[in-house]
Amino acid sequence: MIRVVLPFHLRNLARVNGEVLLEVAAPVTVCSVLDTLEARYPVLRGTLRDHDTLKRRPYVRFFACKEDLSLEPPDAPLPEEIVNGAEPFLIVGAMAGG
Amino acid sequence: MSKIRVLVGTKKGAFILTADGQRKTWKVSGPHFAGWEIYHVKGSLADPNRIYASQTSGWFGQIIQRSDDGGRTWNTPGSSPEELKSPEGFPKGESNKFVYDGKAGTHKWYDGTQHPWEFKRVWHIEPSLTNPDTAYAGVEDAAIFKTTDGGKTWQELPGLRGAKGHLWQPGAGGMAVHTILLDPKNAKRIYVAISAGGCFRTDDGGKTWKPITRGLKSQFELPDPDAEVGHCVHRIALHPSRPDVLFMQKHWDVLRTDNAGERWTEVSGNLPTDFGFPIDVHAHEPETIFVVPIKSDSEHYPPDGKLRVYRSKTGGNEWEPLTKGLPQKDCYVNVLRDAMAVDTLDKCGIYFGTTGGQVYCSANGGNSWNAIVRDLPAVYSVEVQTL
Repeated sequence: MIRVVLPFHLRNLARVNGEVLLEVAAPVTVCSVLDTLEARYPVLRGTLRDHDTLKRRPYVRFFACKEDLSLEPPDAPLPEEIVNGAEPFLIVGAMAGG
Repeated sequence: MSKIRVLVGTKKGAFILTADGQRKTWKVSGPHFAGWEIYHVKGSLADPNRIYASQTSGWFGQIIQRSDDGGRTWNTPGSSPEELKSPEGFPKGESNKFVYDGKAGTHKWYDGTQHPWEFKRVWHIEPSLTNPDTAYAGVEDAAIFKTTDGGKTWQELPGLRGAKGHLWQPGAGGMAVHTILLDPKNAKRIYVAISAGGCFRTDDGGKTWKPITRGLKSQFELPDPDAEVGHCVHRIALHPSRPDVLFMQKHWDVLRTDNAGERWTEVSGNLPTDFGFPIDVHAHEPETIFVVPIKSDSEHYPPDGKLRVYRSKTGGNEWEPLTKGLPQKDCYVNVLRDAMAVDTLDKCGIYFGTTGGQVYCSANGGNSWNAIVRDLPAVYSVEVQTL
C-alpha cells in the first residue's frame, strides 16, 4: 500500500484523518499515485494539478525519502521505500515566505 | 418575526451572522472553511437555504461549496453523502473545474504583449433569481461562467470575452469579473463589471455582450479617457424596481445611468473624495444610495482617519456623511467592493465589512451604526438574506 500524507487543508477538504492508504498498480509514479488519489477523493481534482494539463500547481510540492520530487518527471518511478510503504509520500503546501 | 442572515467572506474563512428583525443581538457562526480565502458567499432568492461559497487558495486553487440548509452543513456540489451513495458512484469532482470555452485566446499583458487567459479564482457568485440550481460565477482572469446543475459543472459564456477581451489589461489587483447584476424584469439581460476592463451588458442571456461605458472618463488611468474598454469599474448596483437605472463606483468618480448603461453621468457632487469601492441602493428608496469614500488610489483608507458612509437621497450629487457609531479618528481600514449589502426589512438595514475585520450594521437606513463583530479576518464580501 502506498502511504500518502495530505496537507492540512486538503485533509479537511477530503474529510480524512491521518495518512491515506492507496493501492496503486505498478509502475508507481507521482502521476499514478495522484490518479489513484483523485479517483478515491474526486474533490481533490484541480487542487494538486491543473484540471486540463495535469501540471502540478506551483505551490504544491511532492516529498519522498527526504528528497523533493516536485520537479521530477511525473511518470518517473517512485523510490522502493514508497512502493513498499516503508516511507510516506508527502504532498506539501510550499512555504509562504514573507 | 423576520430573521436576518449575514454571509461574510473573509481572508481566513466564512462567517454567518444571524439576528432577529430587531438586529440588535447577533449570533456568530464560523469560521467555515477555516484558513481559506472566501471571496464571496451568496444565497439564492428562490431558495434561501441554498447558499454558494467561493473558497480559494494560492496553494490549492478554487473550490465551490454549497449549502442546502442555510449554512449549517456544506458540500462541494455533487459530493453530499446522498450523492456519493448514488448508483452512478463517485462524482467526477468537476465543481471546481473552470475551463475557458474553446481556445482560451489572449488578453493584453503588462508589457503590451498578448498573454493567455489563465483561470485563477471565482470572485463572485450570483444565483439566479428564479432557479436555485442556476448561478453565474465571475472569475479572474475575467470571464463569466454558468451552472445549471447546482454548481456541479460550470460552462463559460464566452461572448463576454468576445467584447474586445484582447484589449483588457489587468491592473495590480488582477482582472476579474467581480460584479454580476441580473435584471429582475428581463431574464435575458445581465450586467457585469470588470476591474481594469469596464462594464458590459448582454440582452440575449449571455450569448453576446457589449461595452456600456459611454460617459465614463478615466483621465488618470487610461491614455484615452473615453476608451470603450479598460475603465476600472469598482462596483455597480441597481434597485430591483428600476433595473435600467444603475449606479457605479468607478476607480475615481461615482456615476449613474438611466438607460441601462447607454450613457453615464457623473454624480460625485460634494463627496470629499470620489474614489472608493462599494456602492449600494436602499431597499425601498431607489434614489437613496450609499458609498464609502476612500482617500485615494494611492492610500486606500478613509480621509482623515474617519470612517464615513455617505448617503445620497437624490440619486447622487447631494451627499451627507453618516458617522454615528462609526470610528471618527485613527481609522485606516478599507471597505472592499463586494463588502456592502442591504436587507429588505421595513426599516432597511445597511451592512458593510472592513479590511480590519469589523462588520457594521445600520438598522435605520444609515442613520446610526453598530459593529456586529469587530475582530474577524479582513472582510472580502458581505451579503444579506432577509428570511
